Amino acid sequence: MPNRFSGHGLTCFRGERFVFEALDFSVAAGEALVLTGPNGSGKSSLIRIMAGLLSPLEGHLAWDGEPIAGAPEDHSASLHYVGYQDAIKPAMTVSENLAFWAGLRGARGDVGAALDVVGLGRLAATPAQFLSSGQRRRLSLARLAASPAPLWLLDEPTVGLDRAAVGILESLIARHRAEGGIVILATHQPIAAGDDAGSLDLGAYTARRQVFDDQSEGAAA
Amino acid sequence: MIHALFHMAGRDLRLALRQGSDVAMVISFFVITVTLFPLGVGPEPNVLARIAAGVVWVTALLATMLSLDRLFQSDYEDGSIDLLLLAPAPLEILVLAKTLAHWALTGLPLILTAPVLAALMNMPSDGYLVLMASMLLATPTLSLIGAVGAALTLGARRGGVLISLLVLPLYIPVLIFAVAAVDAAITGLSPRPHLLILAAMLAAALPLAPWAAAAALRHSLR
Repeated sequence: MPNRFSGHGLTCFRGERFVFEALDFSVAAGEALVLTGPNGSGKSSLIRIMAGLLSPLEGHLAWDGEPIAGAPEDHSASLHYVGYQDAIKPAMTVSENLAFWAGLRGARGDVGAALDVVGLGRLAATPAQFLSSGQRRRLSLARLAASPAPLWLLDEPTVGLDRAAVGILESLIARHRAEGGIVILATHQPIAAGDDAGSLDLGAYTARRQVFDDQSEGAAA
Repeated sequence: MIHALFHMAGRDLRLALRQGSDVAMVISFFVITVTLFPLGVGPEPNVLARIAAGVVWVTALLATMLSLDRLFQSDYEDGSIDLLLLAPAPLEILVLAKTLAHWALTGLPLILTAPVLAALMNMPSDGYLVLMASMLLATPTLSLIGAVGAALTLGARRGGVLISLLVLPLYIPVLIFAVAAVDAAITGLSPRPHLLILAAMLAAALPLAPWAAAAALRHSLR
């Protein structure tokens, strides 16, 4: 199992502007990193870059110093991404939704147990269209418990969750870290990712470059 | 990989059968549009027999296209597409699975309805089997080519119209050889060369289209 997930000199360019530049991070097995920063500072973009869903303009990601560009499939197989969208089909039941995503990752695990963890066990046979937004969020988080992956990338995981559900998420994170997993989460709300969790303020990396500066210097990639 | 293929296709089929309306809409469109031709052209049996293969096939093309824009759209809207991209299985396999499910929900019902509509159009009885054979060989090609168009237009405004502009020109060779096969059978010639060309198109589209559609999907999310 790889030990250290890191990013080097990451620059994000989205929607005709530079979002952040020259960003470095490094997280070791068992550690957590909390991304903070004002709206628009690029937390979601950074999470998507970490997942490989978005390409950085400059810089690269690495596992134990080995750039992931060589083996993108290995990278995506080793992570869980929980974005702001829930990826839930209203016409399928709660357990069918979870079973699909877990099965796609080759997990033969117990879907019912994962639903119990997030407190949805009682609703397993309910069509997902009847879930409240907090329950939909819990169902998304159940993916974390349903199949193993060393790296968790969570984008605003606490939105819509009640206090009890935040507690469940905190204990999931603590257990994952104790097993040597890595957790990276972007959030505005206080959440206990662990006393020793690192934090990264994206406001400090706000790009000073402007698009026209770049063109005059001929440095646009 | 085979597991992922069945897993993905199974989900799409289950979703479509539960919602139900998609299959019904494609078939209703097919039936209603073909029915318009005898009303518009007039009930002259010889005229209808002459245009039967062309009408059934053109309408089948349009019916297939009608359902294409939803191929990736709902997965795009609810964020499922991110997770499909991150799945350990190759995206090409997942796209192939979604395309096969699309074919089972549109192409297959079209094949089963076609003989009824051919009878309505007074098609000579020699053409029935070849019509169904040509559809069996060519409707999967339509779904495969359509998947590339659907992936390319993902997230675009008025994507449905854009798909038509992209995909319809690519359907022309399929249409030509499919109708030629039926006409050959009706006039007593061998439809075999036309059917072989349709089979060749399918053999080319089967590996190439999922590959192109997966590349387009990856690009659309960048």
